[in-house]
Amino acid sequence: MALLELENVHTYYGHIHALKGISLKVNEGEVVTLIGANGAGKSTTLRTISGLARPRMGKIMLEGVLLNNVPPHKITRMGVGHVPEGRRIFPELTVRENLEMGGFSVPRQQLQERMEYVFQLFPRIKERLNQLGGTLSGGEQQMLAMARGLLLNPRILLLDEPSMGLAPVLVDQVFDVIHQLHAKGTTILLVEQNARMALQVADRGYILQSGQIVMADSAKALQNSEVVRKAYLGEE
Amino acid sequence: MTAILRPEDITANKLISSAAEWTLQYVLKPIGQILLFVFIAGGSISLLALVVGFVLQTDWHGIDILRVPARINLFEQVLRQLPNMLLDGITIGFVYAVIALGYTMVYGVLKFINFAHSEIFMLGAVVGYEVMMRLNEAELLSSLPPLLVVVLMIVMAMVVCGGTAVIVERVAYKPLRGAPRLVPLISAIGVSFFLTDFVRAFQALNRNVFNMPYLTDRVPFFNERIVFAQGVSTTYTTVIIIVSAIIMLVGLNYFVNATKIGKGIRAVSQDQATASLMGINVNQMITITFLVGGALGGAAGVLFGLKTTNITPYVGFIPGLKAFTAAVLGGIGNITGAMLGGLLLGMLEAFFSALLPYFPALGLGYSDIFAFAVLILVLLFRPTGLLGKKVDEKV
Repeated sequence: MALLELENVHTYYGHIHALKGISLKVNEGEVVTLIGANGAGKSTTLRTISGLARPRMGKIMLEGVLLNNVPPHKITRMGVGHVPEGRRIFPELTVRENLEMGGFSVPRQQLQERMEYVFQLFPRIKERLNQLGGTLSGGEQQMLAMARGLLLNPRILLLDEPSMGLAPVLVDQVFDVIHQLHAKGTTILLVEQNARMALQVADRGYILQSGQIVMADSAKALQNSEVVRKAYLGEE
Repeated sequence: MTAILRPEDITANKLISSAAEWTLQYVLKPIGQILLFVFIAGGSISLLALVVGFVLQTDWHGIDILRVPARINLFEQVLRQLPNMLLDGITIGFVYAVIALGYTMVYGVLKFINFAHSEIFMLGAVVGYEVMMRLNEAELLSSLPPLLVVVLMIVMAMVVCGGTAVIVERVAYKPLRGAPRLVPLISAIGVSFFLTDFVRAFQALNRNVFNMPYLTDRVPFFNERIVFAQGVSTTYTTVIIIVSAIIMLVGLNYFVNATKIGKGIRAVSQDQATASLMGINVNQMITITFLVGGALGGAAGVLFGLKTTNITPYVGFIPGLKAFTAAVLGGIGNITGAMLGGLLLGMLEAFFSALLPYFPALGLGYSDIFAFAVLILVLLFRPTGLLGKKVDEKV
């Protein structure tokens, strides 16, 4: 059984039909990427999984357990870590408090262990513990957001545009961390506009177009596909 | 190493230093801050009083302290009245500050003004009255230690008002969470009317009374005076009000900044959706906010009752409005701001109440006008309030 499975999911924002029957699977230990243009429904897919948006039709299952009507905080506690688009750091909380919020449902004894683990991944954060979240640079905020998502020790990590708005050198750092997480066996569903880098790190990929999945294949195959190269990798 | 401090891995030696650190962080620092605010508020009002007194000092056709028309030297009067004026301002200011916290906390998480909070405050005053009456009927009022009586009154008021605030939220606000902003506001006004009339009907059936005088006369302790200097004295009641308000402010500061739930509430107030992604139960945090805000409002009601000693079901409106004003003055949504705003407004009120009786054309009733005029002036220059930050509206 796949760790996460979406079956014919339809989501609406008011009258806008944002997801028109998405079906996808993420297996344990895999990095799967969701690629598409602006407004294709990538973020909506993640928001529907973590309960911030509700599907009108279809099924979302985490190891066979239906998530459709579970409130977001419970979905998180079931092991779905969602690092939202735009990082969404709590600006008026210190970095330390931001991390504590990420570990809100983690028992105290395990929290320290998890903290050490994320400090290993993001040594920069450790230097900034007492600073307010809002004073961090964009790159640091992204690192903090990912660290915050990892504190929960999620079964699956949903990453929404982690490279958005970052300088190239920081983008490399972010993807470096994703590579490391992959090597450690973390399951990741990655939404990216930077298709090239996303496909390099991923095992499999889905191409999303106006709320529908138009292609699904291994990352290798997608990298080599004519259509993808033209539309998403900017190659002639 | 800046590892997180946990009780488990602190050795005996470290325990002492961390206990000291803890006291510094969560007791001394907030008390220092409160004192600083008292000085800021007191200092600026004293300055204002002295300047006004000095400018208007001579040849004034006013009435003197015995209400006889006379030429008064305002500067002399101000000097004479200043210490008592400050004490008065601090007392009422702390009460406003405690009420204002309820407004500001709820605004912080829901971006909504809970206009029923003034009636929660009134309910607290009534609960305090009831506890006093019951103790009196059981002939315990004069035999119990007065401090215990006060603690009983405050604790009961906190329990009842905290519970009521939570029920009000469930019944009147939660179902309207997604509605346009005006709708819960109207609902709050409705709840406000309901609570007033409920208390009125309840007390009419229960005791057949409308005015509820606190029985502070029965306990000599409440009216004993502490004399600081000649002409400067105060009652133990005042001291009780100030001390309990400070305890509550320090306690709230600890709750909001040091406990997991408090931090969760702050996270929810900054970004609800993201907070829920952290596994924080947003509804639970909102409930706790109403519980804490309501409990503080109830306690403030008892303190107000002790100060004014006469309570009616309509007593909540004006202090509630002023506390709301204090919250706006300090910067709504900002807990520290609510404390500063409360103290400043209390001082302003005390200042004008002390000064205006000298002017027969004006009189005491105008003190609120001047206090609110100052508020308008402040908001003209700082629309976000004194400690409020400029926040961009969320798109």
